[in-house]
Amino acid sequence: MSTTPQRITVTLNATEIRADAGQSVGAVLMGQGIKAWRTTRNEGKPRGLFCGIGACYDCLITIDGQPNQRACMVEARDSMNIEGDFDA
Amino acid sequence: MSTQTEFSFDVAVIGAGPAGLAAAVAAAERGAKVVVLDAGTQPGGQFWRHRPESVIPEPDGHGHHGWKTYLDLRARFDAAASRGMLRYLPNTQVWMTECEDAGRFVLRLTPATGTALEAATVRATKLVSCTGGYDRQLPLPGWELPGVMAAGGIQAFIKANGTLPGRRFVVAGTGPFLLPVAANIAEAGGKVVAVCESASLANWLPHLGAASGVPGKALEGAEYAGVFAKHRIRYRTRTVVTEVLGETSANSVRIAKVDADGAVIAGTEQLLEDVDVVGFGWGFTPQIELAVALGAETRIDADGSLVCVVDDRQASNVPGLYLAGEVTGVGGAVLAVAEGLVAGAAAATGEQPTAGTARQIQRHRKFAGAMHQAHPVPEKWDDLLTDDTLVCRCEEVSHGEVVHARDALGATDARTMKSFTRTGMGWCQGKVCGFAVSCLSTKGNDDAGAEQASLAAFAKRPVAAPLTLGEISALDSRQPQDS
Ligand SMILES: Cc1cc2nc3c(=O)[nH]c(=O)nc-3n(C[C@H](O)[C@H](O)[C@H](O)COP(=O)(O)OP(=O)(O)OC[C@H]3O[C@@H](n4cnc5c(N)ncnc54)[C@H](O)[C@@H]3O)c2cc1C
Ligand code: FES
Repeated sequence: MSTTPQRITVTLNATEIRADAGQSVGAVLMGQGIKAWRTTRNEGKPRGLFCGIGACYDCLITIDGQPNQRACMVEARDSMNIEGDFDA
Repeated sequence: MSTQTEFSFDVAVIGAGPAGLAAAVAAAERGAKVVVLDAGTQPGGQFWRHRPESVIPEPDGHGHHGWKTYLDLRARFDAAASRGMLRYLPNTQVWMTECEDAGRFVLRLTPATGTALEAATVRATKLVSCTGGYDRQLPLPGWELPGVMAAGGIQAFIKANGTLPGRRFVVAGTGPFLLPVAANIAEAGGKVVAVCESASLANWLPHLGAASGVPGKALEGAEYAGVFAKHRIRYRTRTVVTEVLGETSANSVRIAKVDADGAVIAGTEQLLEDVDVVGFGWGFTPQIELAVALGAETRIDADGSLVCVVDDRQASNVPGLYLAGEVTGVGGAVLAVAEGLVAGAAAATGEQPTAGTARQIQRHRKFAGAMHQAHPVPEKWDDLLTDDTLVCRCEEVSHGEVVHARDALGATDARTMKSFTRTGMGWCQGKVCGFAVSCLSTKGNDDAGAEQASLAAFAKRPVAAPLTLGEISALDSRQPQDS
């Protein structure tokens, strides 16, 4: 059995990147050096992962057209389209 | 199978962490038909969070404690499922629990991610709620910067993804939990610049008796000491992070020594540069809103957390509602498993725990009590806050606004504070800021009941997870699954 993780391709704001299967969307973004992917409603401050387990809602992002998904909870899948407030 | 039998069960278990897995297995092995609902996509909860099982290589338990216990529970869980005694609904979040006339529990469900859902409602005669908790947080200047994470969040990231959320880490707060977090970072190849523990380890001296009751914990401690030595990790006691600095993300932290009350000792400040991740953990906050909504009785535990009251069979004051794990008091995975086994058995057959199990639970509760007393939230934690430090991250409410509402407008309890300042009214519904807002609102009030009432006000969340308007409007018109 191979121990190499499968590779997937996801789109980050229209840029295609390769990532390891089985990582969360948050981990894929962090792996690209992207630490923040949304800005706050009032002050426009950057936010990314905070609690890491779905409790704080700091990590919200749009996935396959669906807004307000928690990047720490969603597993990245091949062909996934991830859009947020970041430069890919 | 008709929908009636499909979504009606003897026992519903919320949570598939150490407590929920144990409860489900114990109930199913006694002949009960069990449903397990969990927001996660695979069993394990926080303690046994692991890489997705869809991906190779299979998890081998590396970096996990008690992995053998997990494998044993998991095998029994899977066996019960294949016998048709257990239905497991992952990626499913319970957003409301109610009790019907006949005393049956109704659970309303929403997908944790995406839109696919097997059932919108399940019903069960007995309910075991094992919803665990999350890292307790305290605000401080700069804590809203990207790169600042919950200590448990870093741990969860490593366990679930097999990678690190950065390069150079500072881990700070209080409690033995900071040790495995730092150890896992180092073993995964990250640099731990410092671990800052606000308490003095001498705090343990009065509690050595309770500590010796759980020798496994000492062994675990020795293991971490070895990892710390190997990776040259600085463990600083009576030290706190006073500020996180950075423009768009964290890049350095200021630390300082504190006295026994948590007040900074002048002249001890130090700047740690080139730090890109700061992990904070001040103990855990149990997630009790589903139980509270059903009327479960609460109390303040030794760590200041609001927890649910249970008897020796893990039964709450609400008939048919059992509770296990962190929701009855934060005490670690071994205790959570023991409580889960008792709760699952009691929910299925009403049986009492054996004397041995009862003793084991008592020993671990005693240890947990000692741990909480040795690692308190520093008395003067809010000395560090400036006027513009954010207290509520979701609604972006500052410390200055909270103090003004308390002192000038009379918002001296968390509920009034909520309506005056919008603290706790955003996405997380006060899960993150609840403890801090509660402390700040009741500051100066000597009435012991005020603090509990204030925390209880934050734990009252009739809707436990954000929903779409569609889900709410579908409620009245939705056909119950078993009618
Ligand atoms: C992020 C994090 C990491 C941790 N890592 C460690 C560690 O490495 N070592 C250690 O000693 N302790 C750790 N702890 C402490 C640890 O959580 C406990 O000791 C142990 O996991 C408690 O078990 P439990 O079954 O009570 O809760 P948990 O393990 O927290 O399980 C609760 C489960 O309930 C589910 N749930 C909660 N609410 C709902 C809902 N409304 N609907 C559906 N499902 C729901 C959750 O998804 C979760 O799977 C960690 C805690 C956290 C928060
Ligand atoms: S990081 Fe808190 S919900 Fe995702």
